[in-house]
Amino acid sequence: MGDGIGAGRATENVPATEQPDPPLLFERGAPGRVAYQFPELDVPARPLEQLIPAAALRKEPAPLPELSEIEVVRHFTQASRRNHAVDVDFYPLGSCTMKYNPKVNEEAAQLPGFARIHPYQPEESVQGALELMYRLERYLCEIAGLARATLQPAAGAHGELTGLLLIKAYHKDRGQHEQRREIIVPDSAHGTNPASVTMSGYRMVQVPTDARGGVDVKALRKAVGPQTAGLMLTNPNTLGLFDENILGIARIVHDAGGLLYYDGANANAILGISRPGDMGFDIVHFNLHKTFSTPHGGGGPGSGPIAVRESIVPYLPVPLVEFDGERYRLNYELPKSIGRVRSFYGNFGVLVRAYAYIRALGPQGLRRVSEAAVLNANYLMRLLAEDYHLPYDRHCKHEFVLSAVRQKRHGVRAGDIAKRILDFGMHAPTVYFPLIVEEALMIEPTETETKGTLDRFAAVMKQIAREAESDPERVTSAPHRTPVRRLDEVTAARNPVVCFTPGA
Amino acid sequence: MDYVPMTDAERREMLARIGVKSVEDLFEDIPEQVRLRRPLNLPPPMSEAELLAHMRSLAARNADLDRYTSFLGAGAYDHLIPSVVRHVLSRSEFYTAYTPYQAEVSQGVLQTIFEYQTLVCQLTGLDAANASMYDGASAAAEAALMAVGATGRRRVAVSAAVHPEYRRVMATYLGNQDVALDTVPWRMGVTNLDALQQAAGTDLAAVVVQNPNFFGSIEEMQAASEIAHRAGALFVAVVDPISLGILAPPGEYGADIAVGEGQGLGNAIGFGGPYLGFFAARRDLIRRMPGRIAGVTRDVDGRRGFVLTLQTREQHIRRERATSNICTNQALNALAATAYLAMIGRQGIRRVGELCVQRSHYAYEALTGIPGIRPMWDAPFFKEFVVEMDGEIPEILTRLWQEYSIIGGLPLGNFYEGLERGVLWCVTEARTREDIDRLAGVLRQLA
Repeated sequence: MGDGIGAGRATENVPATEQPDPPLLFERGAPGRVAYQFPELDVPARPLEQLIPAAALRKEPAPLPELSEIEVVRHFTQASRRNHAVDVDFYPLGSCTMKYNPKVNEEAAQLPGFARIHPYQPEESVQGALELMYRLERYLCEIAGLARATLQPAAGAHGELTGLLLIKAYHKDRGQHEQRREIIVPDSAHGTNPASVTMSGYRMVQVPTDARGGVDVKALRKAVGPQTAGLMLTNPNTLGLFDENILGIARIVHDAGGLLYYDGANANAILGISRPGDMGFDIVHFNLHKTFSTPHGGGGPGSGPIAVRESIVPYLPVPLVEFDGERYRLNYELPKSIGRVRSFYGNFGVLVRAYAYIRALGPQGLRRVSEAAVLNANYLMRLLAEDYHLPYDRHCKHEFVLSAVRQKRHGVRAGDIAKRILDFGMHAPTVYFPLIVEEALMIEPTETETKGTLDRFAAVMKQIAREAESDPERVTSAPHRTPVRRLDEVTAARNPVVCFTPGA
Repeated sequence: MDYVPMTDAERREMLARIGVKSVEDLFEDIPEQVRLRRPLNLPPPMSEAELLAHMRSLAARNADLDRYTSFLGAGAYDHLIPSVVRHVLSRSEFYTAYTPYQAEVSQGVLQTIFEYQTLVCQLTGLDAANASMYDGASAAAEAALMAVGATGRRRVAVSAAVHPEYRRVMATYLGNQDVALDTVPWRMGVTNLDALQQAAGTDLAAVVVQNPNFFGSIEEMQAASEIAHRAGALFVAVVDPISLGILAPPGEYGADIAVGEGQGLGNAIGFGGPYLGFFAARRDLIRRMPGRIAGVTRDVDGRRGFVLTLQTREQHIRRERATSNICTNQALNALAATAYLAMIGRQGIRRVGELCVQRSHYAYEALTGIPGIRPMWDAPFFKEFVVEMDGEIPEILTRLWQEYSIIGGLPLGNFYEGLERGVLWCVTEARTREDIDRLAGVLRQLA
């Protein structure tokens, strides 16, 4: 693919700057236009005012748009063409694990037996759904090396919050909550970790990263104590590196009486190879929308199940799915439960897709996922280390972090490189994360990409590295070939317009 | 079956380029003691055809609403969904995208989020909305926390007529931040405003009332709002968006924050999820609002574009200072809501509300005309109502679905003490007169 000839680029012959802005829903349609017909009223109509007190009624109609069906369809189809997605092209967004999502899973999730059931139906009438949840829980526990799991959390960060509340409930039950008020988080952690710590009412203590890219064990020894409730860690970490000292780290935290929490954002690297439970973790969340290949929908839905060691099972949110050998049922009888973090049973539709994915791959397939993800990442890392600084030069797992410090000398920053990549029809890596690497570019190719795609991406990155030296302006003024060019985020934040007003 | 496209030849080339002999070498930094030296204990892989057959057999063991007629509501609703909504959602440019971190190539998602926010504002009569929360319950909990932040007070009063699961989620979120949650009792199916008045005090951060409430009853929102404001607290309205075509919008009765479950707006009932929480507020509260927000801006050529904005509120910048940890939200569900509202439009939102009111009232008359079934109270209602039923309620409900393919209503004994004889019924625009007549006919025999 040539420079900028990406999928979904709009009109070819008219220069982009001369095309009008694509209309919003509110700029389409006409008064009185109707797209959808509701059924006729087939019961005797009574005056609304007789049924509902006048004070409770709406005085003015809700000012929704008025469109026809074809206008609605074209509106959204056109919008979709102005959007990058895995199905369009490469999406090496580090830590987000944007791999291909099997289509058959979409078909499965849309079966009426899954999509058209009510959460309060009698248990006897939803045995298939409960069986799916029960089995998925078992599979996730086997992959994690732990005892039980809740499928309730709706996202990874929601899982983090749930996990921290489990830690709290565990210490409370042992009369230790008053003294244990601190959660230790490495400085390379995901941004949601510290926020989850605050939301769960804990104080965060940060530990640094050592020269090999792992947790600084000396600093950890100093940080732990009788005030420690737990440690949050991802392994491999956000540098894409496996922490070789994991057993030592687990011992330090456990000896101090704390619990180990595993942020599963990077679990794609270790399926069937190493289990968090075997590493010493007590509580694990998985991001089903990453590791188990359920599409992320432009920002959700996700799903963040939590698996735990036996000693933490009593505190799990209700309900859990149980099986007595004949029937599946919802168990609400957990007197020490932290309660609920979400209504009903979680993002069930996401669970269906993850279940289908695990069943399709089986144990061999899951292991192959991780092997290929790690091979792809190391291959790409070696190709790019020629042109970009590699701050931690050792085998990576499923992702790796480069630094644009060499390019920065020419005035080109990581964010500029990201924008320039967009010109080639691909998505950019994650930039400026983890915070401990200057000008970070965090790249995760995933196992579903071909060598050809990796070579093509490497060629783009190499070209940009050359441009940074010979024509830095070309990079700093990028993107040039996207539906809109660089957007003014500062003005947007200073004077926020978050809702359309006619004429404004 | 797997989805790894790598050939053996490619694997060899790649290993050579890295300079290792085998893939195993890339895992040498994983200590021996934590390596799994056996295959995972999982069922063997399946081909696509085998997988589909298996999934169909699991799905077939559920009584789905294509084959069964449902009168269940209680926070999960069987509303009609225009065909276009599914087609919009199945555009893989939308559903296989990630969070729009690179705005220039994510204009499709960003624009539809902006449109979604606008539609939520149009329905609720408030000034600002976010890009969605996990569900109605987590939205209600975060609304209460936002009020705590805005007022500096640490007590929240919630009506007992708010969905019981929402209240449990609120208790989890608030309790762990040492915010007290007081429950205000209901009387005759609506919030007891005298009790609310008594609960109001100068330490109150928020009053949370649902309309229509868990029983389907319409609350006196204006009066509740005034009680909250007189105490210096914020008023949080939990509302059913489908009702807002005919019921007064929260902005009109002075709600500071409006939240609720957006599932009814074009989202599958799906055994409880994925759903979406919507979240709207007064303009001056926008910088305290949790979650993502899309805003309008211009590019260097002056063209209109959209970006995620006010990100300094969010966890990836504020880290431990962030007031909410929400990151992934329910963007695809919000897209469904956007497509749904675009399809039904200004006339449709009123029409669907009218159909819900008329048909549910018809059902109420039909059911309460049956011996052994009585009105519980006479509160006005929108699409759900509670009746008192004689007889063995669990047995009646079991026979309903097993013998007559009718699902519902919901026995309230599990949720409320003293309502052991109460059953909550829901009638949306998706239920026809024939459905209702059949339900009444069967109940006349069973009750």
